[in-house]
Amino acid sequence: MSQQLKVWIVGFVLFLSTVVSATPKIENWTTEAGLRIYYVHVPELPMLDARLTFAAGSAYDKDKAGISGMVTSMLDKGAAGLNADQIADAFESVGANFSTGSARDMAWINLRTLTLDEQMKPALTMWKKLIEKPDFPENDFERLKKQALVGLQAEKQNPASIADKAFYKNLYGDHPYASPQNGTEETISAMTTADLSAFYKQYFVNKNGQLALVGAISKKQAEDIADTISQAILGGDRGVGEAAPKVPAVKPLEKAKIVRIPFPSTQAHITIGQPGDKRGDKDYFSLYLGNHVLGGSGFTSRLMKEVRVKRGLSYSVYSYFIPMQENGPFMLGLQTKLSQTDEAIKVARDELAKFQKDGPTEEEITASKLNITGGFPLRTASNSDIIGYLAMIGFYGLPLDYLDTFTETVNKITRDEIKDAYKRRLDPNKMLTVIVGGKGTSGDAAAGKVKSVDKAEAKDGTKETAKEK
Amino acid sequence: MNTSLSPVVQARGSFLSVGKILLSLSLFCTMSSSFGEEKKNNVHEAVLKNGMKILVKQDKRAPVAVIQVWYKIGTSYEHEGITGLSHALEHMMFKGTKKHKSGEFEKLVSAIGARNNAFTSQDYTAYYEVLASDKLEAAMEIEADRMRNLVFDPEEFKKEIEVVKEERRWRTDDKPSSLTREQFNAVAFLNSPYRAPVIGWMVDLEGMKVDDAYAWYKKWYTPNNATLVVVGDVEPDNVIAMAKKYFSGYESNPLPEVKLRTEVEQKGIRNITLKLPAKLANLRMGFKTPAMITAKQGKVPKWEPYALEVLANILDGGSSARFAKNLVRGKAIAAGAGAGYYGYGRLPNLLVITGTPAKDVETSVLKKALLDEINVLKKELVSEAELKRVKAQVVSSEVFERDSIQHIATLLGSLESVGLGHKYMDEYVPGVLAVTAEQIQQVAKKYLIEEHLTVAELIPQSLENKKNNENNKKESK
Repeated sequence: MSQQLKVWIVGFVLFLSTVVSATPKIENWTTEAGLRIYYVHVPELPMLDARLTFAAGSAYDKDKAGISGMVTSMLDKGAAGLNADQIADAFESVGANFSTGSARDMAWINLRTLTLDEQMKPALTMWKKLIEKPDFPENDFERLKKQALVGLQAEKQNPASIADKAFYKNLYGDHPYASPQNGTEETISAMTTADLSAFYKQYFVNKNGQLALVGAISKKQAEDIADTISQAILGGDRGVGEAAPKVPAVKPLEKAKIVRIPFPSTQAHITIGQPGDKRGDKDYFSLYLGNHVLGGSGFTSRLMKEVRVKRGLSYSVYSYFIPMQENGPFMLGLQTKLSQTDEAIKVARDELAKFQKDGPTEEEITASKLNITGGFPLRTASNSDIIGYLAMIGFYGLPLDYLDTFTETVNKITRDEIKDAYKRRLDPNKMLTVIVGGKGTSGDAAAGKVKSVDKAEAKDGTKETAKEK
Repeated sequence: MNTSLSPVVQARGSFLSVGKILLSLSLFCTMSSSFGEEKKNNVHEAVLKNGMKILVKQDKRAPVAVIQVWYKIGTSYEHEGITGLSHALEHMMFKGTKKHKSGEFEKLVSAIGARNNAFTSQDYTAYYEVLASDKLEAAMEIEADRMRNLVFDPEEFKKEIEVVKEERRWRTDDKPSSLTREQFNAVAFLNSPYRAPVIGWMVDLEGMKVDDAYAWYKKWYTPNNATLVVVGDVEPDNVIAMAKKYFSGYESNPLPEVKLRTEVEQKGIRNITLKLPAKLANLRMGFKTPAMITAKQGKVPKWEPYALEVLANILDGGSSARFAKNLVRGKAIAAGAGAGYYGYGRLPNLLVITGTPAKDVETSVLKKALLDEINVLKKELVSEAELKRVKAQVVSSEVFERDSIQHIATLLGSLESVGLGHKYMDEYVPGVLAVTAEQIQQVAKKYLIEEHLTVAELIPQSLENKKNNENNKKESK
């Protein structure tokens, strides 16, 4: 590092210590009907973001893989006797955006609207109806199932999707996180509207949900909206319901495993990983800060330097932890032309092994802390950013001062803590490697440490490929 | 909504999504010789003596700012044989300068907590940092430095062009719908530079030399071809003074003449098919249409582009729009369908319609249904309710978009760079609100005609077909 850069950094450290970060003021309460509310008043723009979240992601699909996504997709197809056209008109004629979605842990129902009465009232009224009494009409469901099957075909022509699916499947085995989010041909075809209603009734209940509100509404307005929505959630015969059972703990991988999936692409899509950490994890900040050095910081990361800058092997190369309710994955990914597959895997694995053994340098930690803490104001700069944090804090039960203490917490992490966390949490000799592309047989010399590919497991990968055909 | 704009390629991240209003460039430089400043629509504007334009918009919601430097250079300035050069140069801009050796720049940017990247489109290339507003000056110094002082190391270029080729494989070669779009554009346009992909044809990337990138840089990266945009918690006067400090040392340089290359008139429908390893059929249809810039140049009435914009939103502006209502739901023949008006570039482009057939539906059936929807627009006036809906969405989007300072900065920079001028931002909403049902019918009849249509159909081939791997063979020689 040049003398000049050192001076810069020292300057900023001194400066940062004097900065008081203004974080959003989060107000939190529980409605009479039992719904937890997270509200931030942001008056500048005449708009409101509302996000209703439930522990109802694909981890709760059980033998009906894809049902969480199907339930949320069906909400605007019929409710309180209104059909899909009428519902779409109700939102869009006042310029409101309605959307739903589902991930592994959670499912959500979002609304973004202007806050003048003439727009906000109709939008909120329609939003409440969908939440209160979705009809799950038969015809729409049959059509949606066909669309879902087309969606599954789309996954099969996309090497990145194939890699992602195979990664979760092999990483999580019989754990609910292995469940394919978009289902399978079999589960989608077998699904009924009665299944949707039952899923909705069990999981979309006050005791299993949170509502986040951000925007130009007063506390009183927020309270009124909260009461209306939590009353609506009691709709039908749902009652206050129960919180969903906790997702079971994730078992670590017992040995290294390579899954090769043939595909007629010009590049191999490579994903390497293990179960990582969870929200609220005691190692969360150590792993996060460490990974910033390894592969989380873009161009200054070790992986980017070694794989892309020095060798030109890949356009994108990254590593990250996806903390979830239980241990979400640690993933390292890249894409490279087929003939370079082995070389790229070796470089990535070597970097990972070196990092796991020696950890980051003090200099790297200092640089990462500067980047993370210096960029902290960007995290809550927009209403979209703020509602994202509110939903996360609410869903995972993180402390309300999570953002207030963020910078200080990051700054306190030491090199020893990072080294220790990586020693305990990652094992380079037990990594899962998924390779999509090529014939699926070449390059068996892939990388020293993982030569001992388990035959049965490799076959398992081949089996999956057979199914793809 | 499928109102994506012209393809934009970033150095590292994902595609830039700029909402509805996007753009592409222009040579229309307003060079005032004085260091004047004017204030309209809350955008402070100044022009340095060397011709560099500065746009500043204050937004004090959070202590953050975005700084972007825009260059009027992109694929539409390239010619055949050097396609992708603007984008390859964008990658080289992340290497060293005379002052900062390679790699140092990234450390500096990281140390100020900035998120940074760049993007290249047909009509412009832009670089940006999003950061705490009190760190603005450090980013400005970096941007000023790499405007003129970049060092081109042949060894670094050799590696970086391999990265670009990997990017092409990832972005286009292994994605059936991207390949379809690429070849569709090359057929829809015969001589307009919009026929070339932003990332460049692979053979052109293979033949690209470090000297090509250097020559391109010297030619186009000059203050009189650049716009500096800053949006955020800043004082406009301070930003302008800061810009003067860092950028006014550079001389203005003569810019190469840009030939017109106006697309020759299409004389009949153009059809292509692509047989690709894929699971899903895909349809892409485009009608030649005038752009906002065409109206600005007085070649078509001012209202026409707005009518085309509203028309696209009547077809595909949410789940109450006609494609979703009639084709995805009603007849259930489309798994997805979209329409988008590409009217914000420096040259005329297309109104594009895309579709994926529903399960067990023939592509020809979907194609007919999509064209039937176009015919309905010619025969019947759109309803008041539909117009009202589109207008309500435009009004709300305008507020929602202000949630992101990056979005606002990108709008300002792109409008300026394609020659529409940043003040166009204030004309857009009134322009849309003034559109009538009759006007929509008129532009449908005038422009959405078979003589101006290009159709590309992707016909899926088995994923097992080994013949598909020609590229691999070539790469792995």
